[in-house]
Amino acid sequence: MLTSKRPKPKGKVKFLSSNPFSKSKNPQLLILVIILVAIFLLFGLLTKGKIFELHSLQAIAFQLPLLGLLTLAQMSPMLTGGIDLSIVSTANLSAIIIALSMTQFNFSPFLAIVLGLVLSLGLGVLKGALVAFCSIPAMIATLGMMIFIRGVALVITKGYVIAGFPQSFLFLGDGTILGIPMPFIIFLIAAAFMSLILNRTPFGIQLYLLGSNPTATLFSGVNNKRVIFRVYLLCSFLAGVASIVMTARFNAAQAGYGESYLLLTVLACVLGGVNPSGGFGKVGGLILSMIVLQVVATGFNLLGLSSHLASALWGIILVSVILTNRLIFARET
Amino acid sequence: MIGREAYLVNKKIFQQTEFYLGIIIVALSFFLTLINPKFLTLENWFDMLRSNTFLGILALGELVVLISGGIDVSFTATATIAQYIMGLIITTYYIDNVLVAFLIPIPIGIALGAINGVLVYYTKVHPVIITISTLNAFFGFLMFFSGGKWIYNFPPSFRSFSRLQVFSLVNARGVQYGFSIFILLWIILAIFTWMILKYFPIGRKIYAVGGNLEAARRAGFNIFRIQLFVYCFMGALAGLASFVNASLNQMIQPNSLVGGELDILAAAILGGASVFGGSGSAGGAFLGVLLIAIIKNGLILMKASAYWHEVIMGAIIVAAAGISAYQQKAKAKREGEILVQ
Repeated sequence: MLTSKRPKPKGKVKFLSSNPFSKSKNPQLLILVIILVAIFLLFGLLTKGKIFELHSLQAIAFQLPLLGLLTLAQMSPMLTGGIDLSIVSTANLSAIIIALSMTQFNFSPFLAIVLGLVLSLGLGVLKGALVAFCSIPAMIATLGMMIFIRGVALVITKGYVIAGFPQSFLFLGDGTILGIPMPFIIFLIAAAFMSLILNRTPFGIQLYLLGSNPTATLFSGVNNKRVIFRVYLLCSFLAGVASIVMTARFNAAQAGYGESYLLLTVLACVLGGVNPSGGFGKVGGLILSMIVLQVVATGFNLLGLSSHLASALWGIILVSVILTNRLIFARET
Repeated sequence: MIGREAYLVNKKIFQQTEFYLGIIIVALSFFLTLINPKFLTLENWFDMLRSNTFLGILALGELVVLISGGIDVSFTATATIAQYIMGLIITTYYIDNVLVAFLIPIPIGIALGAINGVLVYYTKVHPVIITISTLNAFFGFLMFFSGGKWIYNFPPSFRSFSRLQVFSLVNARGVQYGFSIFILLWIILAIFTWMILKYFPIGRKIYAVGGNLEAARRAGFNIFRIQLFVYCFMGALAGLASFVNASLNQMIQPNSLVGGELDILAAAILGGASVFGGSGSAGGAFLGVLLIAIIKNGLILMKASAYWHEVIMGAIIVAAAGISAYQQKAKAKREGEILVQ
């Protein structure tokens, strides 16, 4: 895709320049596009075209970015075969810092956001150090950090909700530019940033390499530990960006917001074609999977059906995609 | 033979974990008793154990899944469905019989566990992905069909059962307290899990599969049957735990359990189970839950804010994982040197 004009790398890194719709390499994207079209048509028929109306599309664009940003954050650890269970608690603590600095200390929204991002990066340093330099399995290290960070957030807020922010800050959550919701613009910028890092920087290529074969990567002269360390920095930074959207959209910050999103980010990543054992997955697939999930949720909402039924369908969609993948691969081999 | 080897190697590691956990628990108990002598009373311990029975039973199930090299995060949804159906049946037909109430959740748990087991085996995708999907599917359907309604007003036998005690004592102030039936259930299940893992062929196979799946397959083990057993076992324990939970609270809320999956995973990991499979023991899982219970209880007795509980828990998990990673590194280094010599 993006790297097609470069000299083709040989061997293992072929997927970087492969056609994403080629069946043998990544059938997931093709399946996703089919599902997306089918779902759009289905809900278009069921809601009598209501889903294509401007306000429905706007609702989708307002609701998608929070889960989308958290999923982008989850993507980089998953590409290395790891996982970060602490993204939501990181986002919550960062949101609390943003909220406190605006309400208690009367800082400007800009300064508050910077403080939140710095805190997220700090937590990323801690997580990166634990996973990369102390060699603790990612799942355990981030599980421990999740409980720890959530605890700190609880100790700071004592379980209360912090609310009441300046209008200029709330614009980030409910404003629109040319009809496009601000959260969606932030999401697109973050996705472009992520795509740029993954496809256009040496770090991105090392990250994919590390995910598909850490030993080979180490022997080709890459400092694996440094790559993993940066992965958790990147991930925490994106969690910090998600916290901005979260605080602005909810107009509040609390220790326990968005906890149900944690496992959903993993689901959305896998649905978007990220291989849980590492090495494969594109930002494009992830955006597709976010749109599929959100169209299902918004469509159910328009039909007046329970949002819980939508989340049940999310689980079923992922299992069926996995099963279809398995059938396709079984036939090929 | 491979299974046996994995067992010998692992035995050393988890004996260590249990040993360290034991030391920490004894030291912590000593410290807490100095601060507040109320800590080391039978009344406090019975109370502490009783309120952690739910966590303890689920941690045993998660342990078995972890040993097999899998992971399950859908059990909270399984438990909720099991207890909800149980609640619906006994309140609508007003079945005044605890044994029936006790037996309903188990097959439901096993059936839902079997779905996980089959999917994990056939898709060959990491179990965490499969169980996240089934968590969403189970919980979504439950919330849809139940409409989020709570269930209470249980038959009298169900209410009196929750107060049943194996033996009861009277404290200095004349208040009666006792060893709850649920603690007995937890201990029986812990012993049962320990026996399965240690003495039953299926238990040894679970360690073998968790230690090295490919080797176990080549040794002729039926991987499907083992994985099915593991997830069904988790389901059955989730069903039992859900009965305990419903009975202790005398109320069934469809959304109260889901979201706590990772805390139970943390308890199992604290008890020495590895996320890579092949190691862990029932004793460790029991001690892990006990440690969490003591920390929670200790904070209350020290009159510290309960919010510190999670900070301490998280720090302990990270520290424990750090120490074990360091030990493994040191061990690899030692063995590497021997090889060079």
